Amino acid sequence: MEKLTDQKIKFLEETANNIRQSIIEMLVEAKSGHTAGPLGMADVFTALFFHALKHNSKEPFWEERDRVVLSNGHICPVYYATLAHAGYLPTEELMTLRKFGSRLQGHPHREFLPILETSSGPLGCGLSQAIGMALADRIKNGKNSTKQFYVLMGDGEQDEGNVWEAYLLAGKEKIGNLTMIIDRNNIQIDGFTENILPLEPFKQKLEAFNFDVQEIDGHDFNKIIEAIEKAQSVTDKASVIIADTIPGKGVKEWENKFEWHGKPPTKEEGEMALKELRSR
Amino acid sequence: MININSKLNSKIFEKDVELVPTRKGFGEGLLIAGEKDEKIIGLCADLTESTQMHLFAKKFPERFIEIGVSEQNLATVASGVAAMGSLPVISSYAMFSPGRNWEQIRTTICYNDRKVLVAGNHTGVSVGPDGGTHQALEDIALMRVIPNLVVVSPCDAIEARKATIEALSSKITTPVYIRLGREKTPIITTEETPFEIGKVSVFYESKKPEVTIIATGSLVYNALVSARELEEDGVGTIVLNLSSIKPIDKKTIIENVQKTGAVVTVEEHQVAGGMGSAVAEVLGEFFPAPIEFIGVKDKFGQSGTMNELIEHYGMGVKDIKEAVMKVISRK
Repeated sequence: MEKLTDQKIKFLEETANNIRQSIIEMLVEAKSGHTAGPLGMADVFTALFFHALKHNSKEPFWEERDRVVLSNGHICPVYYATLAHAGYLPTEELMTLRKFGSRLQGHPHREFLPILETSSGPLGCGLSQAIGMALADRIKNGKNSTKQFYVLMGDGEQDEGNVWEAYLLAGKEKIGNLTMIIDRNNIQIDGFTENILPLEPFKQKLEAFNFDVQEIDGHDFNKIIEAIEKAQSVTDKASVIIADTIPGKGVKEWENKFEWHGKPPTKEEGEMALKELRSR
Repeated sequence: MININSKLNSKIFEKDVELVPTRKGFGEGLLIAGEKDEKIIGLCADLTESTQMHLFAKKFPERFIEIGVSEQNLATVASGVAAMGSLPVISSYAMFSPGRNWEQIRTTICYNDRKVLVAGNHTGVSVGPDGGTHQALEDIALMRVIPNLVVVSPCDAIEARKATIEALSSKITTPVYIRLGREKTPIITTEETPFEIGKVSVFYESKKPEVTIIATGSLVYNALVSARELEEDGVGTIVLNLSSIKPIDKKTIIENVQKTGAVVTVEEHQVAGGMGSAVAEVLGEFFPAPIEFIGVKDKFGQSGTMNELIEHYGMGVKDIKEAVMKVISRK
């Protein structure tokens, strides 16, 4: 990974801001979709695609690329917007989100957009796919593997049993090149996670599975990238980064409100939010 | 009489006909395919020997992943394995895979267009003493409604071996579900019997057939025994082996129903949504004809021996013969 300079951090902050603006424009145009999660994860996506990942937008199917599995597919506006800003898609195409014939399906579908590593939407299935990828890679390449496998999960989807089945297997297999990044934004559709189905003490639970667990501020580029570097350096077990994020991050009025989990902004709300982001 | 082109087992109607479970054919087929193709990776949910994956796992331990009793994980890990260009095969009991992990198979395998071979063992009431919880009677219905998925239900161990090898060949590019049985059942076919996914075979054809019996799985044997006895009684039939439930060979089905104008379907599965329903969909559209459905009629299974249960749920030779006479009366 290249060295993280002040200049690079400034670039990452600007990029994340642009991605947030794209997210809002997409959702206003689509008139449906999720707002809070995508805005909250814009910094993590930016850190991955503009700094940490080994990838090449000119060669999206490059065999040696790192793999990123988005498990909570409903936050795909941030994924699509990041891919566009990273050169994988024309940014104009973002305005087709959720429309008939679009490659940008309401939840990711790789039949429509083959550069996606997987289709997702039904929760709790991304980690096990990332494990399958890493195990297949280990069978094929053994210790010569140069790839990193990342899975991005939500905290709400931790309610799914499939996730815990996958934790058991990831612990058993000691997959050193697997990093799970969990968006800890404390909200899900019906309310706050700790009221719906409590996860705490979450970090301790994950440590008990024999993972290297870090909990960080998911909006601080220094912390995000430092955590990814640490995760890469751990090779005898899988790593978890619990990224504490603010749902709706970047638009003061929407921050930390679970009501913004699953609805898009109106045109007026979108303009207000864009004004706020552009003034940064 | 038996269709000579089908080259069936010459000992089929003899008392000492060889009995082998279809799951064994799967295990052997996986081993043979695995020897040729190192991309094949086996995954199992704590039922390795019972599902006969142990043959592969012992030979290729480095290409075997023990998932533990977690069928949702079984399907989704396999999807990830396929994403890296490998060819995963997952096995469990059908009640758990695809019974428990149906949505994972739908989304992460079929919707995601990942080629995975899903082997569902212990289907039908013939599972026997384990009882109704372990007797999958709904799996054909669950699987044939998923787009982009091939559904195969072999009639014997030899066909199960051939189907496994073909499913893992480059000829098939989509995910496949293969339906298998636990108990030993008669060897119906031979190495020379034609088999191809997507094709129906005519196993029996009387000179003047009055009814077309369409059967799948090990009950093809009961269908053949029924046909032989009916012929002795002067009632001619055609017996089709419909092992490839999806894609379904419409042409051969229609041609053979046009000869008789009446149908009996035979399967060890719920009548609702199973192979008979698939046949009815074809005939309803292209050649409506009266149909009698042999299968489980909206009931759960229970403990007992295979033969007791087959008789109890109305899938014995006597039941098939009665259904044939009934459907003739409905012409």
